[in-house]
Amino acid sequence: MTTDIGLWGVPLAILGGAIRVSTPFIFVSVGEALTERSGRVNLGLEGTLVFGAMSGYAVAYQTNSAWIGLLAAAFFGMLFGLFHGYICKLPKVNDIALGIALMIFGSGLAFFFGKPYIQPVAPHLPAISLGWWSDVPQVQAALRVNVLFIAGIALAIAASWMLKNTKVGLTIRVAGDSADAARALGIDVNRVRLWSTAAGGALAGIGGAYLSLYYPGSWNEGISSGQGLMAVALVIFARWSPINCAYASLLFGGAGALGPALQSVGVTQGYYLFYAAPYVLTLGLLIATSSTTRAMTAAPGELSITK
Amino acid sequence: MTTEAGLAGPAAGTIKAETAETLGRKLDAILLPLVALIVGMLIFSIFLLFLGKSPIEFFQIVYKAGFGTPFSWTNTLARAAPLLLAALCVALPARLGLVIIGGEGAIVLGGVAAGAVATFAPGLPGFLGIILMGIAAAIVGGAWIGAIGALRHLRGVNETISSLLMAYIAIALMNHLVEGPLRDPASLNKPSTAPLPDAWRIGEIPGVGVHWGLAVGIVGCIVCWLLIERTTWGFAARIVGGNVKAAQIQGLPAGLLIIGFTALGGAFAGLAGMFEVAAVHGSANASLAAGYGYTGILIAFLARHNGLAIIPAAVVFAGFEASSGLIQRRLDLPDATILVLEGIVFITILLSDALQDKVSIVKLLKGDRT
Repeated sequence: MTTDIGLWGVPLAILGGAIRVSTPFIFVSVGEALTERSGRVNLGLEGTLVFGAMSGYAVAYQTNSAWIGLLAAAFFGMLFGLFHGYICKLPKVNDIALGIALMIFGSGLAFFFGKPYIQPVAPHLPAISLGWWSDVPQVQAALRVNVLFIAGIALAIAASWMLKNTKVGLTIRVAGDSADAARALGIDVNRVRLWSTAAGGALAGIGGAYLSLYYPGSWNEGISSGQGLMAVALVIFARWSPINCAYASLLFGGAGALGPALQSVGVTQGYYLFYAAPYVLTLGLLIATSSTTRAMTAAPGELSITK
Repeated sequence: MTTEAGLAGPAAGTIKAETAETLGRKLDAILLPLVALIVGMLIFSIFLLFLGKSPIEFFQIVYKAGFGTPFSWTNTLARAAPLLLAALCVALPARLGLVIIGGEGAIVLGGVAAGAVATFAPGLPGFLGIILMGIAAAIVGGAWIGAIGALRHLRGVNETISSLLMAYIAIALMNHLVEGPLRDPASLNKPSTAPLPDAWRIGEIPGVGVHWGLAVGIVGCIVCWLLIERTTWGFAARIVGGNVKAAQIQGLPAGLLIIGFTALGGAFAGLAGMFEVAAVHGSANASLAAGYGYTGILIAFLARHNGLAIIPAAVVFAGFEASSGLIQRRLDLPDATILVLEGIVFITILLSDALQDKVSIVKLLKGDRT
């Protein structure tokens, strides 16, 4: 039975899409927010995301468990983060340039080892139906929510709370705002940044595993279309607050779902332009929220990207 | 070394030592990236050994397919042409302190602009058509990357992120135009713009067997080197790259320089797209997004954003990429193998920056360990 809900299908599909598409953004951006609050930028998360997608899928296929795949993705993501954090400790190494190098390296390794896993089918991460109260299949489809989405929201709240209220959070913030002040307090700035970058990498790995293990739910070389990088831009827009990152991710998810939603009701004109909507939105927000005259509110003082 | 004349006389001995040191430093600037490249290749060799593949065989194939025969040289140089221009799109802004990584967008749109000119004015004679295509591609590419420079200067928008976002937008725009308004109805399997008139096709440089894009790329690199190292504008640009605020206090037009140099870089990338259309593909289509813009980033960094150094760096990586097909067939390795190698080399190059001013290869070679 299909109820005809006409054009209501579009906002519904966008809502459902926003939830589905936003999940990797939430993980990557919350992770990057942690990294940037400690005073470093990791642009390599795009590569980490792709490697997370590949390793998560490959391990899930080999072990027949999506959860072990997810763990593996987080582990490899952490290794990438540690690598970035470790090299950035060396003097004169530019964290932005290294991020670009890791973007190429991570994608290259993922494509290299991922070749044999393009065909096989790996188990998926489970979803929870929150639309049981409705008879309308479109509503049910929109509200089939993956557990990682819920985990991501919880993570964003927890990370915000952690940064504000705990000693670890304070340590990260001090390291990010003033390396000198941190040193005066006896904080090992490089170590804080190393582990903040590692945490960011692990979360980006999870974001990648979501792509390959749930939505779109397969591994191929085109799996990421810049989500890792958009998430970095999103952190600036979210003013380095993990909870704002979650809101911003939902907004981006909605923009990303616009094209497919319109296509589902028969609008095919300008499909590629709708496909570009998330990038245009990101760029627009970046332009609107950047400024040359005043320092960005809430920007960590040590950050190279806002200087 | 401009101080030599002023110091002449009693300090002659020190001058000689100083010149030797500047020379040593210049040599180091060349040797250090070279060592980084070799170390990167060694690490990659270890990676291959772990996979049970022979690195010796790998580099033999690279040599054979990239540099071993006249035919492979033609192939390599044809790939070097867009890489030279793409690297300039990274190197020119870099001298002003901007890390722009979205050259791919300007390449793609430059190619589409060339295709559009051919679609709307196919009746023009070949010579005029080629010039028009070049101008259109340079303007579109220049405006695209120049806008990134303008956003950086006027709004403080981070240029690294905005340039990559704009590359994705450019590719979407290309797909839209090539599959929509500019599509040639006769192109069925691969939507393309109308094929270029035969007279518009850009031919080969006589005696080299490679299209004219290579000559334009090499001339572009030399011109950029002269511009940066030998003109007042270049000097001003380098000051801006060192410290924007200090440059502005000195009364240098930082904004104009930033926008001008980014636009110039974009114009070169746009030309790369034009040559791909007019000399290689014959029409604009999705093949334009071949990743030249991304390899260009690595080449510019390897060359330390020096126009002259870009030429050999581009040839090396063009050779690597030209050998990709043979590596896949002979060694049964995936096509991403070259990407892994490029990633490793990129990291070792950045690591070598950490050693800059600390380790002198010249001194090491002399056995001087101070």
